[in-house]
Parts: sequence; C-alpha cells; structure tokens
Amino acid sequence: MLKLLGTRLRQGHRTTRYPAEPPALPPRFRGRPVIDPTRCEGGCQSCAEACPTDAIALDGTAPRVDLGRCLFCTDCERACPGGAVVFARDHRLAARTRADLVVPGSDPLAPSCAALDAKLRALFGRSLKLRQVSAGGCNGCEADVNVLGTIAFDLGRFGIQMVASPRHADGLLVTGPVSDHMKLALEKTWAAVPAPKLVIAVGACAISGGPYAGHPETHDGCDTIVPVDLYIPGCPPHPFTILDGLLCLLGRIESGARR
Amino acid sequence: MSEPFVSANGEAFDWSAVPQLPFERFADGLLGALGAGQRAAAFFGVATGAGTELVAVLASERDGLLRWSRTLVAGSSFPALTPHAPELHLFEREIAEQHGLRPEGHPWSKPVRFVATTQRHRSPAEPASRPAPPEVGVTDFFRVEGHEVHEVAVGPVHAGVIEPGHFRFQCHGEEVLHLEISLGYQHRGVERALAAGPDKRGPHYAETLAGDTTVGHATAYCQVLEALGGVRVPARAQALRGVALELERIANHVGDLGALAGDVAYLPTASFCGRLRGEFLNLTAELCGSRFGRGLVRPGGVRFDVPAPLGRSVLSRLDTALGEVNDAVGLLMDAPSVQARFEETGRVSAATASSIGLVGPAARASGLPRDARHDFPHGVYRFHQLPVTVWHTGDVFARAHVRRKEVERSGTFVRRQLEGLPGGALESAPAAPRPGQACAVLVEGWRGELCHVALTDLRGRFSTYKVVDPSFHNWLGLALALRGQPISDFPLCNKSFNLSYCGFDL
Repeated sequence: MLKLLGTRLRQGHRTTRYPAEPPALPPRFRGRPVIDPTRCEGGCQSCAEACPTDAIALDGTAPRVDLGRCLFCTDCERACPGGAVVFARDHRLAARTRADLVVPGSDPLAPSCAALDAKLRALFGRSLKLRQVSAGGCNGCEADVNVLGTIAFDLGRFGIQMVASPRHADGLLVTGPVSDHMKLALEKTWAAVPAPKLVIAVGACAISGGPYAGHPETHDGCDTIVPVDLYIPGCPPHPFTILDGLLCLLGRIESGARR
Repeated sequence: MSEPFVSANGEAFDWSAVPQLPFERFADGLLGALGAGQRAAAFFGVATGAGTELVAVLASERDGLLRWSRTLVAGSSFPALTPHAPELHLFEREIAEQHGLRPEGHPWSKPVRFVATTQRHRSPAEPASRPAPPEVGVTDFFRVEGHEVHEVAVGPVHAGVIEPGHFRFQCHGEEVLHLEISLGYQHRGVERALAAGPDKRGPHYAETLAGDTTVGHATAYCQVLEALGGVRVPARAQALRGVALELERIANHVGDLGALAGDVAYLPTASFCGRLRGEFLNLTAELCGSRFGRGLVRPGGVRFDVPAPLGRSVLSRLDTALGEVNDAVGLLMDAPSVQARFEETGRVSAATASSIGLVGPAARASGLPRDARHDFPHGVYRFHQLPVTVWHTGDVFARAHVRRKEVERSGTFVRRQLEGLPGGALESAPAAPRPGQACAVLVEGWRGELCHVALTDLRGRFSTYKVVDPSFHNWLGLALALRGQPISDFPLCNKSFNLSYCGFDL
C-alpha cells in the first residue's frame, strides 16, 4: 500500500492545462496548410499530381486544399517548386460543413467551426454522451479518440463521455470510411440514438473515405449515410484537434478563424 | 523430390526460379516441412490464365530462410491440407473466398471477410444459378446443443472505443465451451488496391493496414519495393526505422499493460499506463510530427532526420517515461490480487500454439522462441541483435510478462541506436520494381510477424500483393484460450492478445 501511494505521488498530476493554456504540440507537427498564391507558378500541377487523395487542386491561379480529403502527408509541399503550400502548426481544423473544410476559404475571417444553436447547447453544452462507431477505421483515429479518456486529457472534465449504448448517447462519433460491411450496423446504431442527436465524423476516412476513397468496398465517408454535424480532419487528427472540435461545437471555446 | 526454392528475408529473385510442382508433390513437401518445424508465413492464390496457382512461403527459424513452392490448380477445387496442418485453416478459407476454389475436406470452410454487397455479381464468368454470397456475419456458427447450454452473441459494435467484430460464445452456465469469431466488418479492399500498385497511395495503404502498426507495415511495404527495385537503404535510415519500430512496440505494449490492469480493476496502473502510452507516441511525433509515425518511412529510406540535440532530448524523455512505466507495471505485477487473476487464465499450450501457427508475443508467451527480428534479421537488426523474450506458462500473466520485458529491451535498443546513429544520407533514390520478380518480407511488428509478399508482372507492376498481419495467425489462439474459461474473463483474455480487426479484414 505504501509503495502504491509512493508511486501515485511520483506519477503526480498529469492532466493537460488545455484549454487554459495552449496545447503542447511537437515542433514537427503538421497542421493547417497555409497557401501563398503569390508563390504558385500558375499552371504547374505538381502538387495535385503528388497528392494521393486528390485533396489539392489548382483553382484558377492558386491551389486549394480540401482538409476533408487531406492526409497531411506533405507530398504536395515537397512537390511544389515555389513553396506555395506549407503545412503550419495550427491544430485547429474542425468545421461544421464540408465546404468550410476548403483552405483557403472564401471568407478567411469567418469562424471555421460555429457552435451549436442555443437550444442544442442548452441540451448538450454541459453533458454530451457519445457512442463511437468504427466503420472500417484503421485504429489510428480510434486510438486518438480513446486517448481523450485518459488522465492526460480527461475528457470527463468537459462533461463529454463515451458511452456503451446508443440508447444512452446524444450522438455518434464515427471513424473509418464506412466499409460496406459496417453500413447496416452504422444505420442501426444511429437509429437507436434518441433525437435530437449529433454525428461527428473524425478523420479523413470518415469525412471523405481518406485513402479508401473510391473503393467499392467502402462508402467514401459517413455523410452519405448519416447527417454530419461536425467534421474533424486529420489522418488521424491529433487528440487536441479532436478536443478543439468538440469544445468549439459546444461553444465552450471560441473557434479559430478559417484563413 | 525437388527441393523448394530458398530465399532470404527481403530478397528479390526471378519468379520463374520457383518450380511449379504437381499438386501431390507440392502437398507432400508442404506438409512434410510443416511437420519438421517450418511455419506457413503465407499461403495464397495467384490467378493465372491456366487456373489458380497456390503459392506457399514457409519460414524456418532454424536457418532463418524462406522456402517457396507453387502448384497449379486448373479445376474448381483442391484437396484441403487443413486436416493435416491446422495452421493452414484460414489460408485455405481465404483462397476459397478470393479465388472461388473449394478446399475439399476443409473442416471449417466458411467466409473469412465476406464479399461487399457492392462487389457481388461482378464477374461475368459466374453462373447466374450460383447463390449470392452471404451477408457479413451470416454463417452457420458452430453450436453446442444440450441441457442448459446457451449462446451469447456480441458485436459487431462493441461497448468501448474499439473496432467491430462478431463473437459467438457457446456457454454452459458461466463456462465457455467454444468461441467462434466472425470478422470482415473492416474490409475496405486494401490488399486488392495494393496489388494494383505500386502507386502514390501505396505508402498510405501500408500505413493504414493496421493504423497502430503504421511503422511496421510501412517498413515491410518499403522493404518489398526496395528489394524489387534493387535499392540499398542508407544505414542511418535503417537505424531510424528501427527506432520508430521499437517506439511503436513500446507504446502499444505499455497501452496493453494498462488495459490489462483496467480489465482486472487495478486502476492505478490503468491510469498511469494510459497516460504513459501517449508519452511514447509523443516521442514518435517528435521524430516526424505524427504520433503514429505517419509519413516517416518511405521507399528508399526515411523522411525525417534526428539531429544530435533532438536525439538527446528524445532519450532523456524516454528514460523518464520508461522509469515511470517500470514503477507502474511493477505495482501491477506485484499485486497478489492481480496475480490471482492473471495466472492460469486463458492458457494456450506450446503444442497448441505451434499447431495453429501463433506468432508474436502470444507465441513467445506460450514458450515458442519466434521473433523475426532475431530469426530473420533485416535492416538494422542484422547488426544489433535483440534477445528473444520467452515465457512458458501461456496464460494472461505470460502475455503481460513478455510485453513488460520487451518494453525494457526495446528501450535499451532505442538508446543504443540513438547514441550511435550512423552518419550518411536519409534516403536513396527509389527505383521502379524489376519485372518478373518475387519477394517476401518479414518484419516483427509489436503484435508479431508482418509478412508482405509481392510478385511483379512483365511491366514491373505488382501482379500479386499479399499481406499477412499477425492477427491472421492469432485470432484462433484467442478463441482457444477462452475454452473452459468463465465468459466474464473474455475481456481480459481478449486484451492479452489485443489483435487487429482491420489488419485481419484488409
């Protein structure tokens, strides 16, 4: 018992101080891409050709990145001769609509992730229970959702909890491109959640199919099957990216700008 | 009888050098070799104009070599070898599903991953009278009949944040008489898509074959491409791949030890290890920006360097975290209440483990000294050997103990690499695969042996790409571990194997 108490003391208090303090991210973290149209040598398709998921396209004179498809592999950054695409360290990537995932957006100052309306916030703002469904996920997104439940992030302090039954849930958190074999299970799980209910798509697969986009064995993400309220890009998204999305949705922190 | 073709791990050679044998000689040679202590690393079909070729790649721990043989099946069936060699049971089911060949006399011929509804009735060659393939999870589960025998069905959606799969228990009271595991829910066509490569999505497919084994599968994929293209990987890149692979092993083993603690309600270690697993993932992120090592390993080498100051800071954080793991896991393993739950639970004997072809920590915990890093060394492991961690009891305790020792030893290995990183380049220029070649690569991932096999066609494109995740060998081990156990011990036994659904379902 003494040994246990000693170990407990040595392990100390380990919960991150986020959101009171900014998150600790590694120097090489690859977050929101920044596009500099002046550096784009118009017409060169190097970035688009390098991209494994067609996430980047030349739109007239400058590239646009669809974060919903992006794997953050930086193949486009390496391919671009002019340095027009740079993956910066901003971890805030979540958005409420598929269109808002495109960088640069039409209105760079608009919030990238609006909170729920007042009625839903009154319902879910202080207590949000989610049922997780992995539908063809590779266990990357699942692992970094799971980690939010550890003492390092302590999701419970925000009133958010993963629950074992859809009947106890306020919404679904979906990962994976929705394999054909999980479509029915996803539909049934969604139907079992009492309304009003939310759907949160986590990771490139759940948003667009990710590397599995176009495969006949998958359904290119979950928004063809269930209505999505929040998109959290990444492959997989960093736990802080997921947490940021959840807290923005609930209006507990202010959203970042879309840029 | 002609000798099988012999290759080293990660060696490319002319596919025509592997003789095509008549089925009887192929079968006799294969069964003889399995009986003499070799193991099936891969056994798969290759569609050819004349029919389906069956290809066997056997691994021998004794001499560290791979042995290849093949035979042509012109008809629609072949005599099943499973009755004589149980470790082939799933390979033959997979051949049946992927190539429409019937293994005659297979005791357990059922779908492996099931066919997606969107992919049915695609083959114009299929007669219309053939019944539609079954829906996922719809199969004639083995049933135990009798007074007070009952059945428990779990999944595909489980209670935690984990992947989907279906478990069917046959119970008498609390006691599990039989467990059948039916998977395929994560099937997303990744092996089929890999075989259409190599292309720019290839590395991403490899990294997401099993996302928790990103570095392992990416390393195997890259080694296949490098061998086929004749590319030599710089020593510095090989050392950094080794560092990342061992960090991946440490992170997952620590997470598993914490989860095992959670499943016996020993909460201090569950909490400590839950956090500590993240420390090791964060060290991988220091190397390449991704906690899972995404984007680090690429054909030709690695994409991120570790300058000396970064190496020192990683080592210092590693030492702190390993010390804390030692504390946390020491508490767990020393607690009598935990020992009472771990010992004698979910036993798999060495004989059973050997007959079904277990790999990885599960095999080593049943007393089988199998570790591709030691037996089939490739890359940095040719120069820096790791001892094989073996324990003999085959129970949950053994699987926990092996993980604990492997964490320590991997830590020592990472330290040795980072303190003496070879100089030189990070990447060699990639080269296109040569035509008509074959290559098999074994990498010891944290769950066990990852086997990638590729054949190239006359244009140097893949004609076959085969992935064998360790989970493919090991799911049956979990099912057998449950026999005679109370059903309430399923979570504990399951966690002690911690197998991959997506790595199996492909």
